[in-house]
Amino acid sequence: MTDWVAACAEGDIDEEDVMRFDHSGRTFAIYRSPDDEYFATDGLCTHEKVHLADGLVMDDIIECPKHNGRFNYKTGAAKGAPVCVNLATYPVKVEGGQVYIGL
Amino acid sequence: MAITEAGPATTTKRDYSLVGESTRRAIETGLASAEWYHTDVPRKTMKELMQRSDGPAIRDTIIWIGGLILMAAGGIYFWGSWWCVPFFFVYGVLYGSACDSRWHECGHGTAFKTRWMNDVVYEIASFQVMRNPVTWRWSHARHHTDTIIVGRDAEIAVMRPPDLIRAGLAFIGILDAWGSLKTLGRNALGNLSEDEKSYIPEMERGKAITAARWHMAIYIATITLALYMWSWLPLMIIGLPRLYGCWHMVMTGLLQHIGLADNVIDHRLNSRTVYMNPISRFIYLNMNYHVEHHMFPMVPYHALPKLHELIKHDLPAANPSIWHAYKEAWPVVKRQLRYEDYYLKRELPPTARPYKAEFHDSPVGAAAE
Repeated sequence: MTDWVAACAEGDIDEEDVMRFDHSGRTFAIYRSPDDEYFATDGLCTHEKVHLADGLVMDDIIECPKHNGRFNYKTGAAKGAPVCVNLATYPVKVEGGQVYIGL
Repeated sequence: MAITEAGPATTTKRDYSLVGESTRRAIETGLASAEWYHTDVPRKTMKELMQRSDGPAIRDTIIWIGGLILMAAGGIYFWGSWWCVPFFFVYGVLYGSACDSRWHECGHGTAFKTRWMNDVVYEIASFQVMRNPVTWRWSHARHHTDTIIVGRDAEIAVMRPPDLIRAGLAFIGILDAWGSLKTLGRNALGNLSEDEKSYIPEMERGKAITAARWHMAIYIATITLALYMWSWLPLMIIGLPRLYGCWHMVMTGLLQHIGLADNVIDHRLNSRTVYMNPISRFIYLNMNYHVEHHMFPMVPYHALPKLHELIKHDLPAANPSIWHAYKEAWPVVKRQLRYEDYYLKRELPPTARPYKAEFHDSPVGAAAE
């Protein structure tokens, strides 16, 4: 059963940007796409465990700030070296002005 | 510029192998994959700086490729007379030096916004600089994770004690080109060294072998053409510029880390920013802002001067010129011949936060005050 956890308020993240969210000892990245949709992935790059929330969002891509590895944050797909392992993604819903991540 | 010389008159033997004793100790002491110091920059400002754009890189690439074509044409036209020399001089720098910065920036994926443009220029530049595009992408990632960490960084240009003859010969590329060709040849035969395997994931190793085969095929074709023509000209266009044109790359590249600390986790201690003239900065793609680049590798080259202005209050003062930087580094390098632990620790301005102190007294190649 999905446990919906409130991550942030709707306006907390700029469009085409990302925010770090920590919960129960785990870290996540919450994204707001250019189309004003929300997505969530694991917060650390699968290459070297760097926080993706410090990285750059370009369209549907998140770029890791350390080695410029890229993922599609909507699907979690690794998009080329140095990232080879996909990111885990999580369902997101927006209700009552809050963004929830499904864990 | 105020300088605090640091480092004891001692020598701790360094093992630069990536699978040796220094590697083990770097991992044990937490130097490997550590959390590095960053100057505080507001997220909104950092986002602006990180923004990618195709425009500057398209412009600079047109100038670069256009220059290569024009200079090659002039060199070929005047081949056989002394008039070809100035053309090949410029061609050599555009090929043998500018290739390194294009390899670097496009390898980061930050030169262009459009991914395939980065990839195309990266492949061309990798060939020119005689680097396996797959291997070096991974070794450069390691360089950014563990900058000048002995036993971890695969790209330490000047090891200790410094080999001055080797460093001098680097300016004409003889040893480096020979080493590169041997490595490419070995890779083309399906062979990766233990060091290479330590930083290239298994799933990528096949690509490294394929890339090496392409590079070697082009060199063999060029040599064959040269023999057929019984002329050096084909090699003056492909291959030899890596030797006769690399001096600018070496002159600027050595200053990145030479004489500074190793085994630290603050780039202000192990990297150097040097103000340079606009021609050098074009060839070098602003990599003279090297502290800034290491601290924030996601900032593209065209935004580095702006980043520098924003954070210079937190950095040691930039060297005002290439000459100044070498004058500063040379006595340190000479001293390192005798005392390997010796390094230059530059004074921070009063506006800066202190250097990140952990690990600076590490027994791994101790570089302490």
